[in-house]
Amino acid sequence: MITDFFADYVAVLVAAILGFALVGTALIANHILSPHQESRAKALSYECGMLPIGRSRTQVHVRYYLFAILFLIFDVEAVFLFPWAVTFLGVGEAAFYEMVLFIIVLGFGLLYAWKKGVLNWR
Amino acid sequence: MIADNPWVDALLRLAVIAVLLPLTPIVLNYLERKIFGRIQMRLGPMRVGPHGTLQTIADTIKLLTKEDLRPSSADRWTFELAPYVVVVPVFLAFVTLPFTADLFVRNLSMGLFFIVAVSSMSIVGFVMAGWGSDNKYALLGGVRAAAQLISYEIPLILAVVAVAMIAHTGDGRGSLNLAEIVDGQGRVPYLVWQPLAFFLFAVAGLAEVYRQPFDIPVAESEVVGGPFVEYSGIRWSMFQLAEYGTTFLLSVLGALIFLGGWNWPLGNEAGAALQVVLIVLKTSAFLLFFIWMRAAMPRLRIDQMMSFCWQVLLPFAFLQIILNGLVLVYDWPDWTLGVLSGSATLLAAYLTYRGARQAAEPYSPRFTTVTYERVS
Repeated sequence: MITDFFADYVAVLVAAILGFALVGTALIANHILSPHQESRAKALSYECGMLPIGRSRTQVHVRYYLFAILFLIFDVEAVFLFPWAVTFLGVGEAAFYEMVLFIIVLGFGLLYAWKKGVLNWR
Repeated sequence: MIADNPWVDALLRLAVIAVLLPLTPIVLNYLERKIFGRIQMRLGPMRVGPHGTLQTIADTIKLLTKEDLRPSSADRWTFELAPYVVVVPVFLAFVTLPFTADLFVRNLSMGLFFIVAVSSMSIVGFVMAGWGSDNKYALLGGVRAAAQLISYEIPLILAVVAVAMIAHTGDGRGSLNLAEIVDGQGRVPYLVWQPLAFFLFAVAGLAEVYRQPFDIPVAESEVVGGPFVEYSGIRWSMFQLAEYGTTFLLSVLGALIFLGGWNWPLGNEAGAALQVVLIVLKTSAFLLFFIWMRAAMPRLRIDQMMSFCWQVLLPFAFLQIILNGLVLVYDWPDWTLGVLSGSATLLAAYLTYRGARQAAEPYSPRFTTVTYERVS
């Protein structure tokens, strides 16, 4: 059993290395095959043909961060749901109602965000 | 096992995937352009090769020989590592994706969880590409991609969890092993018992590959291609590889967990050749859906898109999970699952329709002229 587990994640490791090699090969092939002609205009960042105005690494609107926070809550919940989904029948009714309670508690969080207008991109 | 050594075995099996994965964008892009052409009453690519079949190969050669540019103000390492971070997770997900009963790399016992966990890592790559490019469009596209992909990931994960809950196994129910889930379906695919989860999976999947109703991260007329504006040559095509790879991945995953994978609905045992035909047909149905939506749908605004995800899809995803739990805990017959989930699907479809009608409203000139006059 433990050897199976080992073999499974050996495959994952090999896949990670092969994936990097795959992208690396393509980039190296491109480097060999393509022409290189440095020029100042080519190294400017694109802004519809004009010279770029100001810095580009500016702040983004706070709305994006609010969604990131909401995502964090529900993604962690999803992580809890995975082990629960395959085992709750063995524990019985109590496990089901505990998860319903958990979902309802987080549901109130969603309702609060909804009422505050976060979900409407305001 | 091809070889006894796990390293050699994994390497040999993955080498096949590594050869086939770069072919998916070549084939899918050609099919997409042809189907687009048909839908828009054009012919699509016709010049290169018979019926334009060599068009995308010619495009690949062109991309390989294009100069690889990087803006001098770009953040070098963020910019150059972004294609790796986008592509490698897609490749990793193929480790545990079974195509038929005998055609897979490794059958991980937590395959479904592994795919969900790994494929969401490419979001980091989009943000890196957007941030590293030092370009305003790229930055906007990057944060938009992050907001959209993380939002729609939750309904996608929850739809997958719903299927994992009801999966039949040898001893009871509930499994994260993809081969077990497919074998558990037998003659009745889970689409019949879980239409709501299927609806959520299809819509959220469409958003995960940023296709047409949900394409604001890469919208050409708003952010000129989104996070990849500054990428050129093969570096740009890596993002294409990731996009089509994810499309293919989600199509195979949907075919496996909702459409019964390699099971044949009329007989009991399908032979190896028939299994291949079945999975190809079921995957193609999903791929056609993805391409068709892109051709048929207008783009949603970002507020419409986000509120649709959080106000419609997410509550319904939780509803599906609670319904499944209820039916399983009290051991109700299987048809109640289908009836409950089906009626919830009708409600979700109605809300989607109403939302789409509302989304079309404010653009009517009747309303805009009134508001223009009031502002002064």
